[in-house]
Amino acid sequence: MTRFESYDATALRAAILAGELSAEQATRAALEAAESRGTALGAFLHVEGDAALARARALDARSRTDGEPGALFGVPVALKANMCLAGSPASCGSRILEGWRAPYDATFVERLLDAGAVPIGATNMDEFAMGSSCENSAFGVTRNPWDVSRTPGGSSGGSAAAVAAGIVPIALGSDTGGSVRQPAALCGTLGFKPTYGRVSRYGLIAYGSSLDQVSPFARSGRDLERVMGVISGADGRDSTCIEAPPLAIEPAPQDLTGLRVGVPAEYFPTDLDAGVRSAVEAGIDELRTLGAEVHEVRLPHTRYAIPTYYVVATAEASSNLARYDGVRYATRATGDGSLQGMIAATREAGFGDEVKLRILLGTYVLSSGYYDAWYGKASRVRTLIARDFETAFGEVDVIACPTSPSPAFALGEKTDDPVAMYLSDVMTVPASLAGLPAASVPCGALERDGRELPVGLQLIGAARDDAGVLGCARALQEARGPVAIAPMEGAAR
Amino acid sequence: MSATTWVPVIGLEVHCQLGTQTKLFCGCANRFGAEPNTLTCPVCTGQPGALPVLNQHAFDLALRAALALGCDIAPWSKFDRKNYFYCDLPKGYQISQYDRPYCSGGGITLASGKHVRLTRIHMEEDAGKAVHDAGNTTRVDLNRAGVPLIESVTEADMTSSEEAHAYLVALKEILQYAGVSDCDMEKGSLRCDVNISVHPEDEPWRTKVEIKNLNSFRNVSLAIEHEIGRQIAAYEAGAAIAQETRLFDPDRGETRTMRSKENEADYRYFPEPDLPPIPVDAALLERERGLLPEPAAERRARYRTELGLSEYDAGVLTSERGVADFFEAAVRASHDGTAKDLTNLITNELLAGLAGDEIEASTIAELPCKPHQLAELVALTQDGTITKKAARSVVREMMKTGRSPAELVRELGLEQVQDTGQIEAWCRSALEAKPQVIDAVRGGNDKAIGACMGAVMQASGGSANPEAVRDTLLRLIRESD
Repeated sequence: MTRFESYDATALRAAILAGELSAEQATRAALEAAESRGTALGAFLHVEGDAALARARALDARSRTDGEPGALFGVPVALKANMCLAGSPASCGSRILEGWRAPYDATFVERLLDAGAVPIGATNMDEFAMGSSCENSAFGVTRNPWDVSRTPGGSSGGSAAAVAAGIVPIALGSDTGGSVRQPAALCGTLGFKPTYGRVSRYGLIAYGSSLDQVSPFARSGRDLERVMGVISGADGRDSTCIEAPPLAIEPAPQDLTGLRVGVPAEYFPTDLDAGVRSAVEAGIDELRTLGAEVHEVRLPHTRYAIPTYYVVATAEASSNLARYDGVRYATRATGDGSLQGMIAATREAGFGDEVKLRILLGTYVLSSGYYDAWYGKASRVRTLIARDFETAFGEVDVIACPTSPSPAFALGEKTDDPVAMYLSDVMTVPASLAGLPAASVPCGALERDGRELPVGLQLIGAARDDAGVLGCARALQEARGPVAIAPMEGAAR
Repeated sequence: MSATTWVPVIGLEVHCQLGTQTKLFCGCANRFGAEPNTLTCPVCTGQPGALPVLNQHAFDLALRAALALGCDIAPWSKFDRKNYFYCDLPKGYQISQYDRPYCSGGGITLASGKHVRLTRIHMEEDAGKAVHDAGNTTRVDLNRAGVPLIESVTEADMTSSEEAHAYLVALKEILQYAGVSDCDMEKGSLRCDVNISVHPEDEPWRTKVEIKNLNSFRNVSLAIEHEIGRQIAAYEAGAAIAQETRLFDPDRGETRTMRSKENEADYRYFPEPDLPPIPVDAALLERERGLLPEPAAERRARYRTELGLSEYDAGVLTSERGVADFFEAAVRASHDGTAKDLTNLITNELLAGLAGDEIEASTIAELPCKPHQLAELVALTQDGTITKKAARSVVREMMKTGRSPAELVRELGLEQVQDTGQIEAWCRSALEAKPQVIDAVRGGNDKAIGACMGAVMQASGGSANPEAVRDTLLRLIRESD
């Protein structure tokens, strides 16, 4: 590992601009790490070495008079495999999109490229972002770089592992019910889900449209702010995008003096993992040390969040995934030769079990005669959950709680028990349903089987207060010191 | 036993493509007849990750249609997804409106005085087109996918094929006049489904059947006639009518089962999460109301009362909004009292020319000659510069070239001869050739003068002013006493 690999994106960009290394060298280092550590972890589905090096060389060839260098100048980044980069594969971890290459750039990808970022490849994920462990990918599991016998979390596990292992300083994932915050917690990185609509979804392959948000991973609070500054902002190609200018790329550090931090009892159940509890409490103490006041808040509808989420998200998914019919792109099976037969055979062969399960669930809850009892009711409960937060944010500025009820679990531990798997999102789903900004910040570690496993503290903010959550996350991270690069415990050397 | 009187109950669902430049949710051109799959993009081909964005102009046109049909505009509406699988439906769902359409109510009063109520109109996107080749191949053209549609649904207020036909003609006229659509059934921009049942007079309504695939007004009438007969025959034979969807087969002139109710798809409608609800503010409504043109029926009445045209002429002029607009522009550029002359030139020359092969243009607006030129031409007949007959030859040239009438008159030598000396000379020779005319006129038969008039007009090559010729002939006959 070169010394630059422990740099965050902000420092790496500065080093490139100072001439300490070239964009090409930075990209080459990331590509080599993706080949070695990335392969050991199963972090990448696809690495675009030649295209990445060509982009990096083009950056190096820029003359100093070409204007202000981009906010991510020369920074190698990884994209989750559900993101469109023109000409690159975006399989979503599914057989059904195997070989499909995006015909266009996502808005947030365009903005990354304009800022001088260098995408090096597509990271592994649970198929169509459906899962919490990266075990639902059709192309193999991703491993946790703190203990390779464990899951990195999901669904954005590949991006989380790539950042945690120091392959890239930043990566994008997508968070629908916790798919960035939970793996960030399990891999010991920072992760941030913006307010719904803060980042354009144009070019993010949909799972649950009313919940999906492009969300970054980073190893520093300032990097999270920097990436958000680049990818956020209104977009004429996404009607659900908030009409607002981009967030600041380099905001002033936030002073937490007098910040009112709410701690909801509902997020500290009696069966919460003791190691998680003490690490999160230590994190909250840290906030207090920084000047914050801690208050108790109530979020009484929290327990309905998981069932509500699995109605809303699966309903939307059942419709969003209807386009994979074998007619226009990617894989096609023949079936009995009829149109309906071809569509059925294509979907039977192309989708994995978890995807089929969720399509069935979603189809059921939207069916004539069941809509009101399921989708209609879930939509109303969703409003109640959002109101809980509104009430709480009348009293506090930010809510602090665990990101995940447990640390990284063993590969295979929950694959036969979908409900247990779904419950690993119990702490992240409420903010998703309410569309709120939420970050996960490393707040300590616990020991399991002789290995150190990271714990994440979740910070949830009021709608549109992305800057507040980011500022708080950064203050906590900087108070705790640099985020360590994962040691790759258990990996063959 | 007295024969049962059967009462048909008919409702119509009409899809109409809006005449926008671009599609409903993307920037692709909305145009008929392009090479297959050339008017497409990631959005309308349903590429992963692409998102719809509402074309505001399409919504404005839909609003205008609703205002023209007297509908109540909802203060806000939303889009929903209608889920089903078919090869011409790229996303596996159609973006439509389900329980919050953008308008409701309204209706059309037919010429017969019958009022047909509208239940609602909603917006949706069109699907692509599947072309089933001979053999086992289906080709899909997505040029049409995402074209904006309004679907208007009537109450079951009609009781005969004639009423249904009259409704469709009136609907088409209103939508065309509002500038909402070209309503060209041949291009598929107007499509119609029929809901129909029959019941004995004084009894409740019976099971309804839906008929699809009606691609002309004539086929709508034929299908209704056939279906009424089929249902009555079934009931009279003691059979039942199943609730189902039937297809009209234009070759056989009959309907046949497409799918039964049990096989109807469950569309699993739910709110489109990619599109926020659409509010309608008062300013937008006012603007659209201001853009509504005068309806055809009102124009027809005005042409008769204010311009003194016959019902027939008024009907021809308002058959298309473009023709009526052209006519009115020409009237505005003319002196009073020229409406009939303008009408004759438009209906006998311009419309006939458009229908023929010689003129390239297919609508009156595309002609190179403009309304003010037609007004100039009529003015030349009014001041005696040319004859009405000559005006007809001039307008035929104008249609091809768009050149000014005065210029064409000069060039074609059509100016009437006003030179009294020359006219008198022609008249003298004519009378000398036919002295019997003099006696006849003196005997009180003024019509006999026609024989000499013809000779003079022939001698002048049609350029003599007929009134001047007549006056001269009469004077010479009087003087020859």
